[in-house]
Amino acid sequence: MAVATTESPLEKALPPPGGRSWRSRRARWDLKFSPYAFVSPFFVLFAAFGLYPLIWTAWTSLHKVELENPDQSTWVGLKNYTDLLSDHNFWNAFRNTFQMGVLSTVPQLMMALGLAHLLNYKLRGRTFWRVAVLSPFATSVAAATLVFAQLFGRDYGFINWVLHFAGIHAIDFQNGTWSAQIAISVIVTWRWTGYNALIYLAAMQSIPAEQYESAAMDGANRWQQFRHVTVPGLRPTIVFTIVVSTIGASQLFGEPLLFSGGGSNPEMGGVSRQYQTLSMYFYERGFTDQHLGRAAAIAWAMFLMIVLFVLINTLLARRTRSAK
Amino acid sequence: MATVIPTAPRRAKRRDRKSGVNQAGKQMHGSKLTYVILAVVVLISIFPFYWTILAASTSNTEINKVPPNWLPGGNLFKNFHAALNNVDMGKALVNSLIVSGCVAAGTVMFSTLAGFAFAKLRFRFRSVLLGLTIGTMMVPYQLGIVPLFLLMTKLGWSDHLQSVIFPTLVSAFGVFFMRQYLLNALPDELVEAGRVDGASSLRIFLSVVVPIARPAMAVLGMLTFMASWNDFFWPIVVLTSDNPTVQVAIDNLGSGYVPDESIIMAGTLLGTLPVLAVFIVLGRQIVGGIMQGAVKG
Repeated sequence: MAVATTESPLEKALPPPGGRSWRSRRARWDLKFSPYAFVSPFFVLFAAFGLYPLIWTAWTSLHKVELENPDQSTWVGLKNYTDLLSDHNFWNAFRNTFQMGVLSTVPQLMMALGLAHLLNYKLRGRTFWRVAVLSPFATSVAAATLVFAQLFGRDYGFINWVLHFAGIHAIDFQNGTWSAQIAISVIVTWRWTGYNALIYLAAMQSIPAEQYESAAMDGANRWQQFRHVTVPGLRPTIVFTIVVSTIGASQLFGEPLLFSGGGSNPEMGGVSRQYQTLSMYFYERGFTDQHLGRAAAIAWAMFLMIVLFVLINTLLARRTRSAK
Repeated sequence: MATVIPTAPRRAKRRDRKSGVNQAGKQMHGSKLTYVILAVVVLISIFPFYWTILAASTSNTEINKVPPNWLPGGNLFKNFHAALNNVDMGKALVNSLIVSGCVAAGTVMFSTLAGFAFAKLRFRFRSVLLGLTIGTMMVPYQLGIVPLFLLMTKLGWSDHLQSVIFPTLVSAFGVFFMRQYLLNALPDELVEAGRVDGASSLRIFLSVVVPIARPAMAVLGMLTFMASWNDFFWPIVVLTSDNPTVQVAIDNLGSGYVPDESIIMAGTLLGTLPVLAVFIVLGRQIVGGIMQGAVKG
């Protein structure tokens, strides 16, 4: 990261400072201050709606605060955090979030890579294929989940109807643990695979053709070309999609919330909390139980996990790069 | 932070680079198998849409038929009507249009301004501020939910649309997206020439940068509009069914007491149609925008 020099060639070209002309002084000010004015809307709005909540949540996580009376707070130190450590509902939510994160991210990115490879061939109707695989991205979480909840229905669901041809008995997706988690992961995968495939495709197209040509000269077959030219060329993009998908997966909320198909407390994530995620537990603590301090501690725990994960990933990515 | 390396913006009509090259260096054609696999993927992608239309157009006695009817029934408009009576989907559609329109317009304007400054202007702390901007992407939105909720209550904005509009008016992704685009698309000489002519930074922005940034602005606008339309967590916290966005209305359909499944599906279809229409008309541009280095915003 280089710090930009303040003396641009252009500033030298302008009349020297102390020039009496009001115009040149205005131009100089303009050059100095307008960049800050241009970036300020972002930072002002972020300060109000991003940074302030961040700090407020940190402060609240060290207090006992109730939603009925948010202005009253009692200092409790780290109690909200130590309570979390022994709270089996928290660990249950953590485990569910992790499991569904793996179930929805790993197959999704692998399929996206394969799909991108296919889309990279010379195809008739190229634009059509690209738009069609991206179409799930246009739906909302809420709409997609309601439709899939029906498809995964126990008695009349389409998926069980298909499975019975394979001789599999009807599965009660909503009330199982693994079956519900797999079903929810399918919704996530359905929505995002095409999107990630396009990102991979864009990266594939920026790999110079000469690399393939020289690999072909060396007698590499298609599979070897894919392994030794395409995958290394995509490494930064792959790392990036893993990070973004994981951050998304750690915040999973809408799909499991609506998957139960109604009921009195959808944020519980099933009758035995079998698919309650961290976000849902956060919501339950904050808005159902109305313990804002506890909810804030969960939110900060999530934030720390994400930062930790991104750091580990960055280090690993650097390691593999320097090892080469 | 992982670094993204967005691909350079593509000129329209530019031929794709060769890839999957054979001995002669010609681009490989997809085999029959390629088309078959792609067709299966597309079927899976589109099937839930078709299912929604099927379910929304049947009567409730027919929806649970196994195997299902493969052709839409005649009850679509009856079910639309029933859905509109159950939740205020009409109001929700108008609200979502207002919210998504404002958020898209604001994001595009502020992102283009900041993206231009980060791409082409020299100022102290530029790289630090840019790093900060990208760092803000790591903050999970859950962190903001409770304090924002209390803030909106204090301001008296709860259940008003501005409570959904203001927090999402800027996006780090948008700033980064515009910066990457302008780095390549805006020649330094043009900015310098404007300076020599004595134009102010704002004038240069309006008459030089905006015309060049227009394609990227359009793409960012569409992506933001769609993301805002589909936003779920924050709206269900701060809005009630008296003044819902489409997602809040769909949430009410799914979790409230609605007598039958086909009406739920009809309401879901109503709420999805506008975005779907945008997507079908502008699908090519959206694909192009994502391939220009879009990331999940």
